[in-house]
Amino acid sequence: MDINDFRSWHTVLALIAFLAVWIWAWSNKRKKPFSEAANLPFADEAIDAETIKKENQS
Amino acid sequence: MSSQTTYNYKVVRQFAIMTVIWGIVGMLVGVTIAAQLAFPDLTHGISFLSFGRLRPLHTNAVIFAFGGSALFATSYYVVQRTCQTRLFASGLAAFTFWGWNLVILLAAITLPLGMTSSKEYAELEWPIDILIAVVWVSYAIVFFGTIAKRKVKHIYVANWFYGAFILTIAVLHIVNNLEIPVTLTKSYSFYPGAIDAMVQWWYGHNAVGFFLTAGFLGMMYYFVPKQAGRPVYSYRLSVVHFWALISTYMWAGPHHLHYTALPDWTQTVGMIFSLILLAPSWGGMINGMMTLSGAWHKLRTDPILKFLIVSLSFYGMSTFEGPMMAIKTVNALSHYTDWTVGHVHSGALGWVAMVSIGSLYALIPHLFGKKHMYSMALVEAHFWIATIGVVLYIAAMWISGVMQGLMWRAVNADGTLTYSFIESVERTYPFYYVRLIGGILFLSGMLLMLFNVMKTIKNPAPADDAIPQAA
Repeated sequence: MDINDFRSWHTVLALIAFLAVWIWAWSNKRKKPFSEAANLPFADEAIDAETIKKENQS
Repeated sequence: MSSQTTYNYKVVRQFAIMTVIWGIVGMLVGVTIAAQLAFPDLTHGISFLSFGRLRPLHTNAVIFAFGGSALFATSYYVVQRTCQTRLFASGLAAFTFWGWNLVILLAAITLPLGMTSSKEYAELEWPIDILIAVVWVSYAIVFFGTIAKRKVKHIYVANWFYGAFILTIAVLHIVNNLEIPVTLTKSYSFYPGAIDAMVQWWYGHNAVGFFLTAGFLGMMYYFVPKQAGRPVYSYRLSVVHFWALISTYMWAGPHHLHYTALPDWTQTVGMIFSLILLAPSWGGMINGMMTLSGAWHKLRTDPILKFLIVSLSFYGMSTFEGPMMAIKTVNALSHYTDWTVGHVHSGALGWVAMVSIGSLYALIPHLFGKKHMYSMALVEAHFWIATIGVVLYIAAMWISGVMQGLMWRAVNADGTLTYSFIESVERTYPFYYVRLIGGILFLSGMLLMLFNVMKTIKNPAPADDAIPQAA
């Protein structure tokens, strides 16, 4: 195989990978897990409060 | 739920405070060299205060000391909070703090003494390079160790960005700094000629792409939603943003070497990938900004959100400007002029510094058990001073850069150059004064911040009652 064939395939594969990420991210199956993940910044207030409380006691 | 997990906030606090201090040091050196350009005889004859010695000190201090500390602080904070687990290997985390600050101290000594490998943003000599590699690998162990022992199923998108930044910087640093030591303070690059140049700018542009972009996007993806009180606009878009950005940035480096000995096709690859970069960059910017949709009114009253959202605006501006400047014909005008300096500072001051400052104003009072900063009015003042400073800086450099580019390429009918180089330098002076004022304004904002931070820490007001909010 010529090196230029490899280069062409590389470009095509990169495009396919890019489209695959779009399809994967927009699939219905990812809806619920993504919304769980998106709420992670708001899900740990109790541990944070405990840390702040402990550190201010000592 | 009482004697359960707590977070390690000590190392976060240490890095957060050092961010402010190193920010002031690095920007003070920046103001000094800006003053030297405006008044060339300012430090006449003192070798360790000459422009050539202080310029790498400035870039290293603001990128690695200020930006680096901001990234250490926020990544250690965000990875714990979104993984709901304590930092992995606390001792190693403490080592990264002392090790990183030792690196900065050594840089502050060796660079003014003229010890340099002369690679831009990688000037430090080989013993310091080894120390950086050791600290960085420890950082990776702490960060990925924390992710490995996470108590939640998902790895939040901010951690993907931080992770990519840590991993890539390790690779970039080690590959670009392969060098042959001659003495303790002198080494020569392992690579020859044009290959060395390519490796250097593969490193250099990815330092921009991963250190100054991916890392700070991690910061953005946590602090913008947190401060706005709502999840990121589109999590799906953030996933595509991540993969598109990291796979594109890797190839953009050759745009630093247009019209050089680098093979032509490599230059073209660099230009095309730089143009493609506009899409993921703006995808991320829009994602961050739209997080505020339905809550725009908060922007009126919350100076922290102002910092964060304006930083995204500057991010959008500089990631539009960057691809334009990577086009060969535009680059023929802009390269080697002050336009490049303006572009860098619209990214570094407007995006990197402002997103860090905004995040720190949210983070610092919280870490010290306070509801908010000692004075929110001072935060508001800082915001306006910083914004005016950046605008003065970049506007001055745009005008002087385009002027320089046009003067350098102007030719008479007989083919001789219309202007001598020194004529373009003379015409640049007014812009150097304006730039100096912009820099002084930005630095003054940081001094306000230091005062505000000290008052916040010392303020004896009772700790935040920390009522857990229903998410």
